[in-house]
Amino acid sequence: MVAVVPARGGQAAPQQVAQRSSRTGYLLLFPGLAWLAVFFAIPFVTLFLTSLQQPIPGKSGKYQFGLEFGNYATALSEYWELYLRSFVYAGIATVLALAIAYPLAYFIAFRAGQWRSLMLVLVIAPSFASFLLRTYAWKTILADEGWITSTLNALHLLPEGRILNTGIAVVAGLTYNFLPFMILPLYAALEKIDPRLIEAAGDLYASPQTAFRKVTWPLSLPGVVAGTLLTFIPAAGDYINAALLGSTGNRMIGNAIQINFIQFRDYPTASALSFMLMAAILVLVFTYIRRAGTEDLL
Amino acid sequence: MRWLRKRLVGIIAVLVLVYLFIPIAVIMVLSFNNPAGKYNLSWNEFSLAAWTNICGVPGVCSSFVTSIEIGIISTIFATILGTMISFALVRYRFRGRSTTNLLIFLPMATPEVVMGASLLALFLNLRFPLGQLTVTIAHIMFIISFVVVTVKARLQGMDPRLEEAARDLYANPRAVFRYVTFPLVLPGILGAALLGFSLSFDDFIISFFNAGTLVTFPIYIWGAAQRGIPVQVNALATIVFLVALVIVLSGQLLSYRRRKALEAR
Amino acid sequence: MADQQGDRNVEDLHLQSLTKKFGDVAAVDDLTLTIPAGSFFALLGASGCGKTTTLRMVAGLEDPTAGTIRIGDKDITGLRAFERPVNTVFQSYALFPHLDIFENVAFGLRRRGIKDVTTQVEQILDLVELGPMARRKPTQLSGGQQQRVAVARALINKPDVLLLDEPLGALDLKLRRQMQIELKRIQVDVGTTFVHVTHDQEEAMTMADTVAVMNKGRIEQMGHPADIYELPRTVFVANFLGQSNLFDGRRSGMSGDDILVDSHGLTFAIPSDRFFAEGEDAIVGVRPEKIHIADGADVDTVPENHNRVPGRVTDVSYTGVSTQYLVEAAWGQELGVFEQNVVVGDRCDVGDRVVLHWSPSHTFGLDPSGGSTVGVDTEVLALGALNARLLGDSAGA
Repeated sequence: MVAVVPARGGQAAPQQVAQRSSRTGYLLLFPGLAWLAVFFAIPFVTLFLTSLQQPIPGKSGKYQFGLEFGNYATALSEYWELYLRSFVYAGIATVLALAIAYPLAYFIAFRAGQWRSLMLVLVIAPSFASFLLRTYAWKTILADEGWITSTLNALHLLPEGRILNTGIAVVAGLTYNFLPFMILPLYAALEKIDPRLIEAAGDLYASPQTAFRKVTWPLSLPGVVAGTLLTFIPAAGDYINAALLGSTGNRMIGNAIQINFIQFRDYPTASALSFMLMAAILVLVFTYIRRAGTEDLL
Repeated sequence: MRWLRKRLVGIIAVLVLVYLFIPIAVIMVLSFNNPAGKYNLSWNEFSLAAWTNICGVPGVCSSFVTSIEIGIISTIFATILGTMISFALVRYRFRGRSTTNLLIFLPMATPEVVMGASLLALFLNLRFPLGQLTVTIAHIMFIISFVVVTVKARLQGMDPRLEEAARDLYANPRAVFRYVTFPLVLPGILGAALLGFSLSFDDFIISFFNAGTLVTFPIYIWGAAQRGIPVQVNALATIVFLVALVIVLSGQLLSYRRRKALEAR
Repeated sequence: MADQQGDRNVEDLHLQSLTKKFGDVAAVDDLTLTIPAGSFFALLGASGCGKTTTLRMVAGLEDPTAGTIRIGDKDITGLRAFERPVNTVFQSYALFPHLDIFENVAFGLRRRGIKDVTTQVEQILDLVELGPMARRKPTQLSGGQQQRVAVARALINKPDVLLLDEPLGALDLKLRRQMQIELKRIQVDVGTTFVHVTHDQEEAMTMADTVAVMNKGRIEQMGHPADIYELPRTVFVANFLGQSNLFDGRRSGMSGDDILVDSHGLTFAIPSDRFFAEGEDAIVGVRPEKIHIADGADVDTVPENHNRVPGRVTDVSYTGVSTQYLVEAAWGQELGVFEQNVVVGDRCDVGDRVVLHWSPSHTFGLDPSGGSTVGVDTEVLALGALNARLLGDSAGA
C-alpha cells in the first residue's frame, strides 16, 4: 500500500534555436529539392501521361500521346488478382513482422543494458549482405528436402506438401526481408518510454499484463504505425520474393509492372499499373493513419 | 516456470536475432561449396576455389566495381544535397515548409517499383540514354531523403547553447560553423553517408528499371539467379558483409571504450 | 574595488528602456537599470519573468525590440555577440564536447587571434583549481568541475561584464552551496562585474551585493538583499522573496508616526516609512520569523504597542533550528510563524489558543492591486488546496 511519487526528471528543455530567415535558407534547400522535384515529382507526371498513351497504328511497340483512360480498365481487369494478392501477402507479412519484432525491440529498449547498441548493430547487420542473395538463401533453407519442410510435412501442416514455390515461401521471404524496418521504429518509440511509467503502473495496482496493455502498448503506437507502414509499403511493391521464392501462381503486382515495362515494353499498361499501385497505397496509408489517429507522424 | 517467465522476452529476442542471421550463415557456408550442379543451393563438398579465384567468372568483378563506383558518386552527391536541406530545415525559416517535408517523406513511402517505373517513364519520354548516369541519378534521388532524416536528427539533438557559447566567445559565424557546428554534426553526416552507400550498393529494383544494358552487382545476381549463381558471388557478398560489420562495430567499440574510460575515471 | 585587470578600467553597465517583444508579448518591458562596475548583481525572478531574455540581450544573443545597452559610454546595442566585451556562463555550461578542457578554455583567445595561449590558460585553470584536468574531455568531469571550466572559459577573456545564466541550476544542493562561496571568491579576486540570473532567492541573497526582483518583464524592487527582505515594497516581492503573512485591510487613521490599518476587526500599526499603499485599501504584512507566539499566562506580557492576532494552532512542525507553526486566525486565514528553538520543551500544541504579536517596526503596508497571492508559488497553493480537500474528506468520513 505504498504509492510512490516519481522524482521529476531532467531540467528545462533547451530553448528553440532562433531560426534565421534569409536567402541562405533557400539556397541550401534549392539544389536538393530541385533534384527531388525533377527526378521524383515530375516522373509521376510523365508516368501518368504515359499511362494514357495509345499505340501508334501500324507500329507495334510504339506509343503516342493520348487520353486513353481505357488503359486503366484493361490493366485492372487483367491484373486485379495480383493487386489483391500483393496486399494480402504484404498484410500477412506485416502482421507477422510486428509479432516477431515487438519482443526484440522491447528487449533492446528496456532490458539490453550495455548490450543495447551492439544489438542494434546486429539488427541492421544482415542488410549489409545482398538483399537478393539473402532472399536466394531462403531457397536453400526452405528447400523441399530441407529439414524445415520435412518436419512440417511429417506433421501434415503443409497443404501443398512443400514450402518453396508456394505463397508461404513468398510471405516468409517478405517477413524476413523487411523485419529491420519494423524493429527500428518500434525500438525508437519504446526507447522514448520512461520505464518509471511502467513502474508507476505497477505501483498503482496494474499487473504486468495490464501495465503492458494500458501503458506500454499505447505509448508505443507511433512506432507500431511507422513500423507497419515501413514494412507494408515496400512489401506490397516487392517482386523479388515472389520471383525467387514463389511460382507463377504467386506473382505480385510488382512482377506485372516489371514484366510489362522491361520485357513486353507495354509502357501504357505498366504505367497504369504503377500509378494505381501508388494510389492504392496512398489511400490505404492515409485511412490507416487516420484510424490510428497519429497524423502528426507525417 | 518463474525462471522462464522472467527470461521469456530475452529468449525470444535472441531467437529473433538468430533468425535474422540464418540466411547470412547460408551465404557464407555456400561460399566454400563446390556445387554439384549449376545451382549453388545445397552443400556438396568443401572448396576454396571461389575464394582463391574471386574474379574467375566473367562479369562478377566488373559489376562489383560498377556498383562501388555508383555507390561512391551517388553517396557523395546525396550526402551534400541532403545535409544542405537538413541545415535549412533546422536552422532557417522559409515558406513552403510542409511541401518540402512531403517531398522528402514521399520517396521513403513510395514502393521502389513505382519510383523505378516513373523515372524510367521520364527517361523514355526524354529519350535519355539509359546507363550508369541514369542509375546514379536515380540513386542520388532516393538516398537524399535518408540523409536528410539522419542529419536532421543529429542537428536537432545538438544543444543550441553550444553555438551560442561559441558566438559569445568571439567566434564569427564562419568560425562557429568550422569549429563547433561542423565537428559536432560530422558523425551524423558520416552515418548518413554509410547508410546511403549501403542503400545504393544493394539497390536492385530502381537500378534494374533504369540500367539499360548496364550491369550492377545486384543486377548481375538477378541475371545469374536464372542460370545458377556462381560461388564467387557468395564470397564477394561475404566480404562486403564482413567489411561493413567491421566498420560499424569498430565505431561501436570506440564509443564503448570511451564510455568505459569515463566510468574508470 | 582595486582594479586587478591591469590598466583596463571596469565600467558600469547601463540598460536604457530595454524592451523585447515576442509577437505581442513583452518579455522585457521598458527596463532601465544601471549595474555598477565590479558589483555582483543578481536578477531574481520566476521562470518567464524576462530575466534570461535580459541577460541574452546583454550577451548579444537576442536583439532588443527597443532600447540601448551601454558599457560606460560605449553603446554596444548594435554589436553582435562575438564583438562584445561580454562573456556568459551558460545554463548547463554548454562546454564543447569535442574539445578538451584546455581547448574549451582557450577557445575565446584563439578566435581573437591570440597565438600563445598556454600561459593564460594554465593560469586561469589554476585559479579554478583544475590544472591537472586540462587534457580531459568535458564529459569526464563532475558537475562542479564542469561549472568551474565554464567560468574559466568566460573569465579568461577578461570581459567587462560576466553573465551567469542559472549557473548552479544543474548541481545538487551541497555542491551548490560550495560553488556559491567559490563564485563569490572568484568575483572578489578578479573584480569583474558579475550579472547573475537565478530563480533561487537564497542563491541571489547569498552571493549578490545587489538583487533586482523581476516580474512580468519589469523590475519590482532592487537593492541590498537584506533591505529588500526586511522591507518588500510590493506584494510580489513579499511573497517571492521568502514568505510573508499578508492580510487585507483599510486605512483608518494615524497614531504618532504610525499609520493605522483595520483588518478583520483588528487594528495594526505600520510606520509611515514602511507603508506603500496608494489609496485607502492596504495589505498588512509581516515575516513569519518576526512573529512571537504567546499562550496562557504569557499573553499578559505582550508589549502594549505590538500588533496582535489571536488564533488557534493548527499545525506544528519541528525542523531542528526552529519550530514552524500554522495558526488559524478568527477569520479563517492561516498564518505562518517561525520560532527559534531557544528553550527546550516550550512548545505549543495543535489546538492551543494563542496570541500572535509583533513589533510595528517589523510590519509593512503594501498596495493591494493584484491581490495578496501574486508571487506565491502556485504549486504550493495547489498543494494547499489538495491538502484541504483530503482533510475535508477524512473529516467527513
